[in-house]
Amino acid sequence: MSGTGSPGWGDGRLSPAFMTPGISSFTDFLRLHDPELLPSGRTMGALAGTTALDAPHGTTIVALKYNGGIVMAGDRRATMGNVIAQRDIEKVFPTDEYSCVGIAGSAGVALEIVRLFQVELEHYEKIEGVLLSLDGKANRLASMLRSNLGMAMQGLAVVPLFGGFDLDSGIGRIFSYDVTGGRYEEHDHHTIGSGSMFARGAMKKMWQPDMNADQAVMVALGALYDAADDDSATGGPDLTRGIFPVVATVNVEGYHRIKDNELEPLVQALVAARTGDPGGARGVEEGNKA
Amino acid sequence: MSMPFYVSPEQIIKDKADYARKGIARGRSVVVIQYADGIAFVAENPSRALHKISEIYDRIAFAAVGKYNEFESLRVAGVRLADTRGYSYDRRDVTVRGLANAYAQTLGSIFTENPKPYEVEIVVAEVGAAPADDQMYRLTFDGSVADEHGFVAMGGSAESITEALEAGYQPDLDLAGALRTAVEALSSARQNGEPKNGNGKNPEAESGTASSSMIPADQLEVAILDRGRSRRLFRRITGQRLSDLLTITT
Repeated sequence: MSGTGSPGWGDGRLSPAFMTPGISSFTDFLRLHDPELLPSGRTMGALAGTTALDAPHGTTIVALKYNGGIVMAGDRRATMGNVIAQRDIEKVFPTDEYSCVGIAGSAGVALEIVRLFQVELEHYEKIEGVLLSLDGKANRLASMLRSNLGMAMQGLAVVPLFGGFDLDSGIGRIFSYDVTGGRYEEHDHHTIGSGSMFARGAMKKMWQPDMNADQAVMVALGALYDAADDDSATGGPDLTRGIFPVVATVNVEGYHRIKDNELEPLVQALVAARTGDPGGARGVEEGNKA
Repeated sequence: MSMPFYVSPEQIIKDKADYARKGIARGRSVVVIQYADGIAFVAENPSRALHKISEIYDRIAFAAVGKYNEFESLRVAGVRLADTRGYSYDRRDVTVRGLANAYAQTLGSIFTENPKPYEVEIVVAEVGAAPADDQMYRLTFDGSVADEHGFVAMGGSAESITEALEAGYQPDLDLAGALRTAVEALSSARQNGEPKNGNGKNPEAESGTASSSMIPADQLEVAILDRGRSRRLFRRITGQRLSDLLTITT
């Protein structure tokens, strides 16, 4: 019953794969039962060796630590060459109660990997009855990227940024990846995607140790604004359409996405502060802090 | 020269069924009960690690009695089935009816094909948008399915628990009321049934007061599917919260 795309449901008894003990990973189970459902289980066939596909790409994600957890934020633009493929794509997702992932790179593949990763974490939690450690989650994501290397070589690269609250040590942590599945723990803050250079520069100047959540959210918004200022593939806050970045915090209480109506005044304040001072020079935007 | 004995198919089925029933009757009982805001699962289970009640999917939970390794493999299969289904289609496409069907087919073929049937009885339940949309299915060792409403009791003293529940259950109980009803039913069956330890009569059984001999909170495994939550509705109730809910007088 493998390879048909049928989840073995409604057509009689459960296949032996379902009853096999000892596998807590959803990906490992699918590899046995129905590998075609996995992103890595597909062959590129005739496409192999041709030039890169013209598929939508997601752009800038920023993440930073604050004194109770992390903030992760992403702009809302997906581009296809010089065309804006989507204005309101979401690129930051909760992966379980205490972690989130932001994606840059080929949007279609990235969304699939995120969806699989979400199920993977929930599946482990249900089968084992406990949450994976934060390092365990980060490693699972690395192995998923590793199995996507074939597609990455054909231009469908995915680079996520993973962050979460470590319940064992009581701090927020951030992990970055490369296309080969390399996993690197970041200190303080990190950015990925086409606008990451500009966002990182901004972050370096704005990030401070021991910020609170509100300050960290403003830093994230400011860094994305700077990325959108210089990178055409990163979307700035769109006040006319009411499209704001996705901003989420993860702390001891779990994942929390900041609602658009809470974000709107913050974005407006940021835009107002940048009016006449587009670079947001210190001492103007941050006032007394300089 | 020895001739093989002829055993009629009826006898084989009957022997298997008796065997499975005996196995199930040895275990402690589980009650699944609907209340106004969801479905509650209550089991007498001193173990903190070996669960009889588990989450399957967003709105679906699983409760079982019988042999642990057997219902555990069914539980894991159910989680895999639900996650595979939800991953390849959509989260909303995972239904308890589909799960109950798969379990029924599986238990049915194990019962007929294997020399040893599974000694398990399970309930899978899905909480709906309103109490009328709640679904509870009870599956027995031979793969038969029953669509239940209100409450279900499984395990060794299922019959006496069902009697006690019939006396105490009303629709639209609140959570504390439903838990109390379930725990009282489980406790009364424990008193009437065989004493769990020692060889004499359970001394508490003769005192006659129900509240003095309630199963203590640390001997209970309790979980709910709470209609009021978003996405994953399954929550375990443990520790102080459970004691508080059980001591609320209504």
